[in-house]
Amino acid sequence: MMTMSEFRSLFHNGLIKQNTGLVQLLGLCPLLAISNNVVNALSLGLATTMVMAASSGAVSSVRHFVPNEIRIPVFVLIIAALVTVIDLAMNAFVHPLYLVLGIFIPLITTNCIVLARADAFAAKNHPLHSVVDAISMGLGLTLVLIVLGAIRELAGKGTLLSGIDMVFGQAAQGWVLHILPHYQGFLLAILPPGAFIALGLLIAANNWYKARAVQRVRAAVPMAA
Amino acid sequence: MSMTAATRNAFRTGIVLLLFALVGTAMLAFTHDRTEPVITRSQQAEKLALINQVLPTSSYDNDLLASRQDLPPDDLLGTRQPSALWIARRGGQATAVVLEAVAPDGYAGDIALLIGIDIDGKVIGVRVTAHHETPGLGDYIDRTKSAWIDQFSGKSLTDPESKRWKVAKDGGTFDARAGATITPRAVVKAVKSALDYFARHRAAFAAPPATKEKKA
Repeated sequence: MMTMSEFRSLFHNGLIKQNTGLVQLLGLCPLLAISNNVVNALSLGLATTMVMAASSGAVSSVRHFVPNEIRIPVFVLIIAALVTVIDLAMNAFVHPLYLVLGIFIPLITTNCIVLARADAFAAKNHPLHSVVDAISMGLGLTLVLIVLGAIRELAGKGTLLSGIDMVFGQAAQGWVLHILPHYQGFLLAILPPGAFIALGLLIAANNWYKARAVQRVRAAVPMAA
Repeated sequence: MSMTAATRNAFRTGIVLLLFALVGTAMLAFTHDRTEPVITRSQQAEKLALINQVLPTSSYDNDLLASRQDLPPDDLLGTRQPSALWIARRGGQATAVVLEAVAPDGYAGDIALLIGIDIDGKVIGVRVTAHHETPGLGDYIDRTKSAWIDQFSGKSLTDPESKRWKVAKDGGTFDARAGATITPRAVVKAVKSALDYFARHRAAFAAPPATKEKKA
């Protein structure tokens, strides 16, 4: 079993300290490709989290049987098989959502953050810890995706949650928030360069916040320096 | 002859890898087996739902998906690969066709279209099924983005006359948004060519179905 403090430190690590999108800068390909609106960002973020939880759990469970020399091929095999299973299951049982995420599900296989967590954490830790670590890493990525998606959708189209009817059906069409009515649109934000610019601004904001926190600590304890 | 420690180790590693590959394959085979019928069904339902957007369900009583034929690539259809054609029949009489066509000269490559044409050569409906046009600019040809594509309904080769089968900016009947005329221009041209194609092959489409299809 795991203690509450271990649990909290894993979450803190995944969401903030080692955030994959803002600090580790891993798995940027889907981050940049899918973050043009909130709905896509949230859907892919959750799908990635699901894959990470499943693959970290599986890798951790078999970690004692995998010789060190072949651990990477075995992990890749496990991840690829799991992603394909999830891909097929989504295609069969949640078809509308599958149509939205389409080609991005198989691409989760190539998201290096999945393999990175399998090798750096799951291969050395208990399955329970590994699953919690994977979920918190996945949620950290999802969080950045949502913020990025919101910035780009708002700047680009003046709406939030557009396309939500693709996930929840026609009834959800009214959920779309038109934050800026009569907005002319800002195409750059939706096109790929917008993703790089917005992510750069987010990383800068995160670094500025951290630098300020460090300065405050220094100011509070002047003798420590 | 005894194996050295290194050989034995390599052998054991290989076996482990093989076992993992076997387990992975078994897992995939099992999932594929379980999901395939469901996936096929939802793909067919999806295709039919799309076709029904350009063809009223009241216009046919045959098994539409079974009426599918492959059309060879044709310049008028803009196709470089065989495309699909479905023939709607009611009481054995052909009432309409639905065909896949391509507008090859979009702003960003091919625009895939699904066009429903009644047997008199009038457009019932057009839908864009795949495109790479600029989001927020040229993508209003997509029915989920705007109703622009609806203006083809009821049009034929004689209405409007041939020289008016253009966007308004080129002196035609079809309006297009300022700043994005390449995309609608390509679609208008492709729909007209598809009507030309239909006119040329109408006799074959209107003919009674081959016996093979009746059984299916």
